[in-house]
Amino acid sequence: MKRSITLNVNGEGRSIDVEPNETLLEVLRERLGIKSPKIGCERGDCGSCTVLLDGRSMRSCLILAVEADGHDIVTIEGLSKDGPTELQQAFIDNNSFQCGFCAPGIVLAATELLARNPSPTEDEVKEAISGNLCRCTGYDPIVKAVLDVGSGRARRQRSGPPPREESTG
Amino acid sequence: MPIAHEFEYAKPETIEEAVGILNKHGTDAQVLAGGTDVVPGLRDGLVSPKLVVDIKGIAGLSGIKREENALRVGALATFTDLIESELVQKHVPLLREMAMTVASVGVRNRATITGNICSAVPSCDSGPVLLVLGASIHATGPNGERTMPVAEWFTGPKTTALGSAEIVTSVSLPIPQEEHGAAYVKLGRYRGEDLAQASVAVLALPDSEYRIAFGAVAPTPLRANRIEELLRGKVFGDALIDDAKKLVPDETSPIADIRASREYREHMLPIMFERGLRAAVARLAGDGPAYGAQLI
Repeated sequence: MKRSITLNVNGEGRSIDVEPNETLLEVLRERLGIKSPKIGCERGDCGSCTVLLDGRSMRSCLILAVEADGHDIVTIEGLSKDGPTELQQAFIDNNSFQCGFCAPGIVLAATELLARNPSPTEDEVKEAISGNLCRCTGYDPIVKAVLDVGSGRARRQRSGPPPREESTG
Repeated sequence: MPIAHEFEYAKPETIEEAVGILNKHGTDAQVLAGGTDVVPGLRDGLVSPKLVVDIKGIAGLSGIKREENALRVGALATFTDLIESELVQKHVPLLREMAMTVASVGVRNRATITGNICSAVPSCDSGPVLLVLGASIHATGPNGERTMPVAEWFTGPKTTALGSAEIVTSVSLPIPQEEHGAAYVKLGRYRGEDLAQASVAVLALPDSEYRIAFGAVAPTPLRANRIEELLRGKVFGDALIDDAKKLVPDETSPIADIRASREYREHMLPIMFERGLRAAVARLAGDGPAYGAQLI
């Protein structure tokens, strides 16, 4: 039996009737036209369907749409409403994409990391994205992009060369 | 691939309501919490309930609380909740070390420790740790509440002592005495999503008391009573460790599966046991690697 649910997707309330066996991933992609979460392994292994649910990265393939009723969902489309975020820009600057299939999931996973831990170590970055598989073997530039944001290097590069290296002031 | 199986969905607001629904529908109902096992199960046809009962609307099943000499972990507490809990970090750092090895952030944000033991796969990370801590499992059913020791919980691969129409409401973890050392060592193929190929939990207490449990190397997680007996009261050192390692094959019965061969598991188990034991004993002495460090 269809149930009426309301999802707060990227800051916008979306009411929709769903069957209990529809996953959040299917509803986002096929019913709401939000295509950044990808259909990959569909068992929680690959991370390509990652969305932020109430600020936490989660696998939208492992969540029934009815479970998400009343919750906040953020996808890449919401993240970059006003142009690319600093992290997305760092991905561009570091050539962190090849095919791009894993990128939405990794950007969201790293966005969650940076929100909780603004200056992560390399190990912490690797741990945060360890559940996001990249088959183009692009991990190094991805990790570097996240570290660039965490260290403030991305911001300095965008605003031109700093007058001096690293001020601890 | 969409979930082909069709089912109804219920979201009760009280435990009594949930138990009533389960009692009425029997094996046609499936409890849903984090869903990281249930949803793939629905997709693969491993479970085909007529009704999915989402317990996330029930108040009082969340959070981690301190009680007298135990931590009470609510049925909806996720692995991320465990990792971020100051109570866990202070009193049972072993639990945090284990939680950090479970899958990856995106799964830990959703998956519950209670769901982990209810799914009861032989490789579940929670099993060995709850065994060495002597956890108790609280459930509510048609006949009221009852509490089961974790030693009686796992009855076989994917089966537990939970009765039909019963719902686990929380898990109690006795807080080990302040002076203790512990370690959880998990062997996996990679850091992201993998289930354990083999795992071992060690709790070292003063006066040469030990509790040891293995995971993924028998039909259920299990306590290694003979090894504990051998170690009890003895002077710790290389000779004792060698004797204890010789008992590992007697305590475990690994099989070959998609994640590892039997031979590989047999080879790695004594090595993992030694690393875990040494780390736990060093931590008991206020030394050793920080909790959460890679031991293998």
